[in-house]
Amino acid sequence: MIEQISIIGGFGKNGQPEPVKRVDFKMGDVISIVGQTGSGKTTLIDDIELFANENTPSGRKILINGEAPESRFSNNVSNHPIALITQHTNFLSDMQVYKFLLTHASIRGSKDPSAIVEETIDFANQLTGEAIDLNYAMTELSGGQTRALLIADAVIIGNSPIILLDEIENAGIHRTRALDLLKRYEKIFIFVTHDPRIALLSDCRIVMKNGSMNDVITTGVEERKVVEVIKELDDLLLDFRMHIRNGSVLTEKIFEDRLKSVKCLNN
Amino acid sequence: MKAIICAGTPTSGKTTVLKHVISKLKKKGHRSAFLKIDVQYADEDTLFKEEFGIPTRKVYSGELCPDHCNVMVLGDAIEWAEKEGADFLIVETAGLCLRCSPYIEGSLGIVVLEATSGMNLPRKVGPMLSLADIAVVTKIDLISQAEREVFRARVLEAAPEISIAETDALHGIGIDPIVEQFCKSESVNYPLYLRGNPPVGTCTICVGKKEIGWKQHFGVVRPLENQNFYRGE
Ligand SMILES: Nc1ncnc2c1ncn2[C@@H]1O[C@H](COP(=O)(O)OP(=O)(O)OP(=O)(O)O)[C@@H](O)[C@H]1O
Ligand SMILES: Nc1nc2c(ncn2[C@@H]2O[C@H](COP(=O)(O)OP(=O)(O)O)[C@@H](O)[C@H]2O)c(=O)[nH]1
Ligand SMILES: [Mg+2]
Ligand SMILES: [Mg+2]
Ligand SMILES: [Zn+2]
Repeated sequence: MIEQISIIGGFGKNGQPEPVKRVDFKMGDVISIVGQTGSGKTTLIDDIELFANENTPSGRKILINGEAPESRFSNNVSNHPIALITQHTNFLSDMQVYKFLLTHASIRGSKDPSAIVEETIDFANQLTGEAIDLNYAMTELSGGQTRALLIADAVIIGNSPIILLDEIENAGIHRTRALDLLKRYEKIFIFVTHDPRIALLSDCRIVMKNGSMNDVITTGVEERKVVEVIKELDDLLLDFRMHIRNGSVLTEKIFEDRLKSVKCLNN
Repeated sequence: MKAIICAGTPTSGKTTVLKHVISKLKKKGHRSAFLKIDVQYADEDTLFKEEFGIPTRKVYSGELCPDHCNVMVLGDAIEWAEKEGADFLIVETAGLCLRCSPYIEGSLGIVVLEATSGMNLPRKVGPMLSLADIAVVTKIDLISQAEREVFRARVLEAAPEISIAETDALHGIGIDPIVEQFCKSESVNYPLYLRGNPPVGTCTICVGKKEIGWKQHFGVVRPLENQNFYRGE
């Protein structure tokens, strides 16, 4: 059973030791990784996925329950406790969505594959705009649908205890709903993100700089208050986006009426 | 000396995998010799010679399928590599036949399969997979974990006893377990035998008779309606 995962700091881009020497996460934690582009966010989650053992350019070490991970994890992907959904991960198989998920569920030894497939599709469809057609080939799914299905598959069929998500906000999937849904599952979620809402809804965030873990900030009481306001503003923009997406015209009146309904802008 | 045969469809990543393997063997102090067998074009011999300074050869199979060419030249190649003082003779072959296997009894046989080529690949490549000892799955960096799992299950369905090494050969990830198996494998044992049973025999097309339609041929013939081969006139 995985209870805790730890990152032991290594070196940054120019070989300088990382300011953060060790971070521990336990089951149920939601963590964000933030930092400028090129600061090493993707590299950090790659290290986690690979169970780096001083054998990657950063020299970091990953521990599971305080010890070096067992080799059975890396010998069979089905035992690998980490699902990584990268900025490029894609489906390349032209199998039908339903058939593929059913196959994956059977490989995982599910007793009731069709029920678990239904749950997976249901989860994915809550994140996407247009529902996924089960008869589609996996390669026919849009970018956002693909990302949604990858997440749903990793959480439900894969049932991975640790899930790494690289910049899901860019995939056009529903972010808050994703966070709400994900928090119902007892897992460790690590988000690489540029999105203040995701970052502030996390329990803590690692700040990357020049290839190093520069700081770990726990989301405090003040930030938790602020995030409520950010949510409102973000929803405002999302509403406008939805409006335009649906093919409507954004008139001055609609715009101003909507602004009036935002509490933080009106006191 | 150990003779290791590495087969796989073109662009599956054989050269990329072997590059990392040879480099790691070299660091361990082992000497490799390299033979490339291909139908009409290959530059791996110059590539490996330049990069690692190891003895290399190449042979074009031309009219013969590369697997069959392999059977013809391998005896000579083993002698050559032994004279060169190599600990490993590593053979890269295109393995285009899909009816016979390119592997030797007792020596290590490796098939390289690209994970990006679709979930049905393991069902299509026949003895090249089912008679191999290791299946190296490449390009896992490009597909989802879910697909990796399905691909793996399909490999095991075709070759239940095989050991699987999943790699991102571009970045040299997952190479160590392959190197380990290279080192643990048996040395060449005379007489050398091809693994598995070669296909039924030569057909009249193979010997140059070009007319279309089974009525124009003899020996092993087959009409469209009959899924089984049968002996004709
Ligand atoms: N600790 C490190 N040691 C050596 N090189 C590093 C380290 N961290 C990052 N790099 C290198 O820096 C480059 C940029 O890193 P990375 O892709 O992880 O950035 P990022 O924060 O994910 O950027 P983006 O926001 O654009 O996705 C990469 O080439 C990576 O190999
Ligand atoms: N992304 C990715 N590309 C790979 C991988 N392995 C090989 N390639 C690329 O695939 C192409 C063909 O590889 P090569 O080794 O020449 O294939 P060969 O014909 O089987 O020898 C090259 O462009 C490689 O860089 C891998 O694991 N991941
Ligand atoms: Mg990145
Ligand atoms: Mg090659
Ligand atoms: Zn043949």
